[in-house]
Amino acid sequence: MAWTRSFTSLRTVAGALALSVVISACGQSAQQQSGGSDASRIGGNVNVLATWGGDEQDSFLAMVKPFEDRTGVRIQYEGTRDLNAVLTTRVQGGNPPDVAGLPGPGQMAELARGGRLIDLSSVVDMASLQADYSQDWIRLGQVDNRLVGIFIKTSLKGQIWHNPAAFNQAGYSIPHTWDETMALSERIAQSGTAPWCIGLESGAASGWPGTDWIENIVLRQSGTDVYDRWYSGQLRWTSPEIQRAWQTWGQIVGNPSMVFGGRQGILATNFGDAGAQLFTTPPRCYLHQQGSFISSFYTKSNPNLQAAQDFDFFMFPPFDQAQASSSIEVAGDLFGMFKDTPQARALMQYLVTPEAQSIWTRRGGAISPNRQVGADAYPDIMTAKAAQTMISASTVRFDASDLMPEGMNNAFMRGLLDYVNDPTRLNEILTSLDRVQADTYSR
Amino acid sequence: MDRLLFALLVIVAAPAATAFYIVLAERALRVLPERRQRRIRPWLWIGPALLLLTVFLIYPSVHTLVLSFFNADSTRPVGLDNYAYIATDQSMLVALRNNLLWVVLFSGLTVALGLLTAILTDRVPYEGVAKSVIFLPMAISFVAAGVIWRFMYDYRPPGVPQTGTLNAVLTALIPGFEPQAWLINSSVNNLALIVAGVWTWTGFCLVILSAALKGIPSDVIEAARVDGATELQIFRRIILPMMSPTIAVVVTTMIIFALKAFDIVYVMTNGNYDTEVIANRMYKELFNFRNFGRASAIAVLLLGAIAPVMILNISRFRAQEQRR
Repeated sequence: MAWTRSFTSLRTVAGALALSVVISACGQSAQQQSGGSDASRIGGNVNVLATWGGDEQDSFLAMVKPFEDRTGVRIQYEGTRDLNAVLTTRVQGGNPPDVAGLPGPGQMAELARGGRLIDLSSVVDMASLQADYSQDWIRLGQVDNRLVGIFIKTSLKGQIWHNPAAFNQAGYSIPHTWDETMALSERIAQSGTAPWCIGLESGAASGWPGTDWIENIVLRQSGTDVYDRWYSGQLRWTSPEIQRAWQTWGQIVGNPSMVFGGRQGILATNFGDAGAQLFTTPPRCYLHQQGSFISSFYTKSNPNLQAAQDFDFFMFPPFDQAQASSSIEVAGDLFGMFKDTPQARALMQYLVTPEAQSIWTRRGGAISPNRQVGADAYPDIMTAKAAQTMISASTVRFDASDLMPEGMNNAFMRGLLDYVNDPTRLNEILTSLDRVQADTYSR
Repeated sequence: MDRLLFALLVIVAAPAATAFYIVLAERALRVLPERRQRRIRPWLWIGPALLLLTVFLIYPSVHTLVLSFFNADSTRPVGLDNYAYIATDQSMLVALRNNLLWVVLFSGLTVALGLLTAILTDRVPYEGVAKSVIFLPMAISFVAAGVIWRFMYDYRPPGVPQTGTLNAVLTALIPGFEPQAWLINSSVNNLALIVAGVWTWTGFCLVILSAALKGIPSDVIEAARVDGATELQIFRRIILPMMSPTIAVVVTTMIIFALKAFDIVYVMTNGNYDTEVIANRMYKELFNFRNFGRASAIAVLLLGAIAPVMILNISRFRAQEQRR
């Protein structure tokens, strides 16, 4: 009952909004006619929906500012942390945004097959896109050979952050293999300080930082073949490889002396706050695994911190020195178009340019997928190093959980929370993930 | 700006259209003989309401029922599969258990506290202020209430200053108290969520029960006092029986709210750590997993659970009206 009622009221609201869009569209055409003589000044609005808030939102707005100035198009930005639900509601209600960030390739495929997304090969100049973007990035935006999403910002995953001053002072050195990492962790734990800081809390998406852990372990422990079969639903969660990855992570999260705050601390701490303990005196932990975007969270809570000097990273170590040493995991923000308006087209054309993307990279917290964006477009040597790591990696894999169907991803995150809450339940959790896998991939 | 204009237009146009319809209908009626007029008039007046009800309530309900027998994207009938799923899925079973917990504790606590405060505030000179304070949370949206209570229950590992009110107070008052992750620890988290709900809804119960209390004729109570009844006897033998129809209505209303519990759970835990409820599960199936079949089946289940309570509520209300 509650559902049917809210559903219909959504429809009415959507109808009302659609009407108001018509009204505002009439207003625009009048503006256009009275507009300037410059052909590129098209005026009007573009409605953009994405996940960014706070600093990231500011960076996006800074990125589109020159576009607004040049074309006279106003960007109406709307940010939500629950993008998936908001996008579904608006698409179902017949009121999609003009341009939107897509939650991940998995959902993008569902939207594309539902005929909601516009083919971008007629929107952007494909020749220059092929030249500027690596084939891997382009392919991730394709569904059934149609280009429906383009990455406008990417990030490197599986970086292990530390505070070099505190790290060196305590006499620790950077580990090169997983075994060395565990040996170091035990050494730190014996000194009475927890080696790791981990925070899994993230509102409705709680648990996602744990997916990065498992993904990075699977990728390096069992290789790309296992990784690909796993996210595409061909390898079961109870398989020895995946089970081993969870147990490997369990050596850290299951041991209260290994993580600051123990299991409750891991579950209750917000992903953005977790790393702040690296910078207390004395440090409450020495290591923090998180993607490249986290640096902006560090500087937000401690504005005096200098990149490379006060915080730096090394890559998630390989399990075997010889094998899979340069496999890296990446993630990124895909943008798609729901309405074919001249303003939306112009915005998409602008967002793929190195000019646009270097505005964000200069502000920090992002790596550009565009090859034309050089090392000088990064705010410090540390971020430039991350960009270099991404470009030079021999094997790149996209965030597996983002590639899974949404139901699977959600169960994965929930399973991680349950596992941290009670590591003895591993078998039960993996069995239930197998059930979800059988259910969600068959659709 | 355009949206504002549109909203204004709706506010003016909707009543205008209704008035126009009534005037027109009455004009048309005049051509008919007196007897037919009297038989047709009620239908003309109730017509718009019936139409809206059909479009916005009956049609979607029937549509939902139909969808519940189809697969995720409503392209293939699957019989009772969706119902089999919601009857066996582990997290659905947890949700059913939690909703039962909500029904018992949430309805019980809101009504009991509402009744208690109604009777206590009735006897103090600062009644208005006291009632306003308890009623105040009703003015806050439930999402905001959830956010507020998240801060109340916030947890930091031992040794770090506690930012959550509850942990800060308890660690300061009780030496050696270990801060608790109230929303994670499965033995207390459901209770923690229900307390947040009770905080929001007690004011509602208080206001209605207080009004009923004021409706009890004072001569009855005075007569009892003259006859030597104690205050407790007056409460049990006079106040409670005379308020019972109102209490029943409030209880059933609260049971319906407990069955529909969503906002607080969604904001505070999103159903993690065994705090799932039916409505949140439905939201996930619909908006996150886009499984329309299962979401509809859960909606039907919820409707089936609420309908009897609703019918009971309405029949009670009717009986009460007749007694007047």
